[in-house]
Amino acid sequence: MSAQSSVRHRANIALRDDFLRGAVHFTTDRLRNRKQAVTEDFGNWEAWRDRGEAIRRHTIEHLDFYLAQFADNLERLGAHVHFCANANEALAVVTDIVRDKAARRVVKSKSMVTEEVHLNHHLEQLGVQVIETDLGEYIVQLAHETPSHIIIPAIHKTREQIKALFEQDGGQNLTTETRDLVAFARRRLREMYLTADIGITGCNFGIAETGSIALFTNEGNADLVANLPKTHIVFMGMERVLPTLADLEVFAHLLPKSATGQNTITYLSMITGPRRPGDKDGAEEMHVIILDNGRSRQLGDPDFQAVLHCIRCGACLNVCPVYRQIGGHAYGSVYPGPIGAVLSPLLEGGEAYQDLPYASSLCGACYEACPVKIPLHDMLVKERQRFVAKTGGKTGEKAAFAAYRVTFADHRRYLRAIRIARRLQGAFARDGVIQAKIGPLAGWTGARDFPALGDVTFREWWIARKRGTKRG
Amino acid sequence: MKVSLFVTCIVDAVFPKVGIATTRLLEASGCEVDFPIGQTCCGQPAFNSGYADEARHVARTLLEAFADADAVVSPSGSCVGMIRHYYPALFAGDPALAEEARRLAEKTYELSQFLVRRLQKVDFGGRFPHRVTFHPSCHGSRLLGVREEPLELLRHVRDLELVDLPYARDCCGFGGTFSVKMSEISSAMAEEKAENVLGSGADVLVSTDMGCLMNIGGTLSRRGARVRVMHLAELLAEAAGLTEEVTA
Repeated sequence: MSAQSSVRHRANIALRDDFLRGAVHFTTDRLRNRKQAVTEDFGNWEAWRDRGEAIRRHTIEHLDFYLAQFADNLERLGAHVHFCANANEALAVVTDIVRDKAARRVVKSKSMVTEEVHLNHHLEQLGVQVIETDLGEYIVQLAHETPSHIIIPAIHKTREQIKALFEQDGGQNLTTETRDLVAFARRRLREMYLTADIGITGCNFGIAETGSIALFTNEGNADLVANLPKTHIVFMGMERVLPTLADLEVFAHLLPKSATGQNTITYLSMITGPRRPGDKDGAEEMHVIILDNGRSRQLGDPDFQAVLHCIRCGACLNVCPVYRQIGGHAYGSVYPGPIGAVLSPLLEGGEAYQDLPYASSLCGACYEACPVKIPLHDMLVKERQRFVAKTGGKTGEKAAFAAYRVTFADHRRYLRAIRIARRLQGAFARDGVIQAKIGPLAGWTGARDFPALGDVTFREWWIARKRGTKRG
Repeated sequence: MKVSLFVTCIVDAVFPKVGIATTRLLEASGCEVDFPIGQTCCGQPAFNSGYADEARHVARTLLEAFADADAVVSPSGSCVGMIRHYYPALFAGDPALAEEARRLAEKTYELSQFLVRRLQKVDFGGRFPHRVTFHPSCHGSRLLGVREEPLELLRHVRDLELVDLPYARDCCGFGGTFSVKMSEISSAMAEEKAENVLGSGADVLVSTDMGCLMNIGGTLSRRGARVRVMHLAELLAEAAGLTEEVTA
C-alpha cells in the first residue's frame, strides 16, 4: 500500500482542514446529544436494543428463508426481482432497464448501496442524467463528491459552501438561511420528479411477509421518486430484510432515534408492488435489485456474521472520536466510520481498506451506540488478527512483537529489559519526561511528552519492602 | 481477605507510585496483599495489534502467577478489561488453559470496583482541598461497566470539589499502539481532551488508567498546563496520608 492511499495519509490531510473538522464536530454533537435525549425520554432503551438485536440475529440466521419469501411476495405483486452477485451484475440489470425504457433522466432518493456499485457514474456513461433528490446527496452531487456520512451525506459542508454550490446551479438572491436554501432545492427538484423516466430508491427494510419496501426519509423525496416516474428501481443489500410488519415497528423506533435523535421519522413510505388497476398513483413497473457484493461471504463466519445485522443508522459515526477528528472521506471507502472500518475490508475481500481497522482507538463507543449491538470494537481487533495471520504483519511491527513475546514471557528477562532501557533513556529524559523524537516514539513525542522510566520499578520496591519488613 | 496485586507493566516500569498507593489502600482496607513476581503484562499491546499468539504467550504469565489467588486486583480498567473480556476467547483453543482463563476472568477486579463493590469500602479518610475532574477510561467504563465506583470514592474525600469534565466519555486517543501507529489522529484526540480538562477549571485530573493519564498528561505538560495528573489510587492515598517513598 502506498503512503498516499493509506488512511493515515488521508487522515493527516483532513486533520489540517479546520472547516471540515468544525462542521463534523458541530453536526455529530447535535445528533448524538439529541439521540441521548430522545432515548432517555423514550425509556427502556437497552431492552429495545436487545429486541432489535434479537430480530436481526434471527433474520440473518434464516436469511435464505426470508429472502425467498420476500422475493416470492414481490413477484406475486408483479415486481421483477433481480438477485445480483456483484456490482457488475447489478449495473447490467440497470443498463437493460434504461435501454428498454429509452430513459434520459433518472431521479434518485438516498441509497448507500447505489454508492457501493457507483451507479451514478454508470448511468452518466449511458448518457442518462441523474439527479439526487435527498438534499444532502444533492449538495454532494453538485460538489462532485461522495457522501462523507451514511445519514448526513453533506455533513462536511458549511452553509456558505452550500450557498455557493446552489448559486452555481442557478440559485439567485440566496442567503445562508436554511429556509432559502431548501426552497431553492425544492423548486429545482420538483421539475425533475415530473420529467424523470425512472425513479431509483434504496430500501431501509424489505418486509418478507408482505413483499413491502419500507423507506425512511425526512424530506418525503422517496415517495415522489418511487411514485411519479413510470418505472421504479429499488436497490437493496441482501441483508436488509425483516420477517414481519410487527418487526418493522421495532425498527421504526430504533432507526430514527439512533440516526438523528428524532422520535419518529418524518416520512415512512411503504411500497408494496407496482401500481395496481384502480390505484391513483405508483410506478407501472417495479424492479428490485438485491445485491450480494461480498455480504454472503460473512454468513456462517462466527467472527463477522453479525456485521450483517447493521441497519445503516450512522449512530456509530456520530459517537466515534476518530470520525470526529477526520470526517468520512479520510476512510477512503463508501462506508466511513466504525461500521465502514469493519465492513469495507469484509465486503471488498482483498487488499483494499485493510488498514481501516487500525484507524480506531478501540474505545467501544460504537458498540455502545449501536441499536442492534454489533460488537464493532471486537470485530476491529479480529480484522487486525486476520490481517496478521494472512500477511505475517508489517516487518518492523512483527519484529517488535517477536521481541515483546520473548521479553515479556519471563519476569526476569522483563526486568532486565527495563533496567537496560532505564540506562539508555538517560540521554533523552529531562525532568521525568522524554520529548525527543526517537524511533517508534517519534509519533507520540511530536505533540506529547512521554514519561521516562522511574529509577525503581514497583517490583524492586516490593522486594525491598518485604526484605525490610523481615529485617525489621 | 487475601488479595493478589496485578500491578500492570506500565505501572511497574513507569508509575511505581500508583502501585504503592494501590498496595497501601488495599492494606488500609484490611487486605493481606501479595504480589506474585511472575506477572508481567496482560498481553494487550500485542492482542490489539492483531498478534494473538504473542499476546497468548505473554498472557500465560498471568494465568500462572495468579493460579492460586483468591482475588486479583489491578489499578487499570483496561488491563482488567483485557482479562475479563478477552482471555476466555484468547485461550479457547486449549481446554485446560481456557478453564484457567475463565477462572482468572471471574476473580479479577479493577481497583475501585473491588473497593466499592466487593469490600464496600468507600471512605479512606483525609482531605484533598482541590478542584478535581474525572476522566472515565473507555475500557473501565464500557468493557467493565465501572462508572459510579470511582466517583463514589472521590465524593467521600473531604474538601474535594468534583467538577464535570465536558465530553467526559469521549476517548482520550490513547488506544495503546494506536497512539503510535496513528499518532496524528491520536494527538488530535488528546488535544481535544486536554482542552476539555482545561475547560473544566480543575486543578487535578484523575482517572483509573495510567495509559489514558500518560496520554492526556503528556499533552497537558507539553502545553505547559499546570494541571496535576493523578491516578485515583494516588489521590486517595495522598488524601489519607498513606504515601510512601519510592525506593529500593
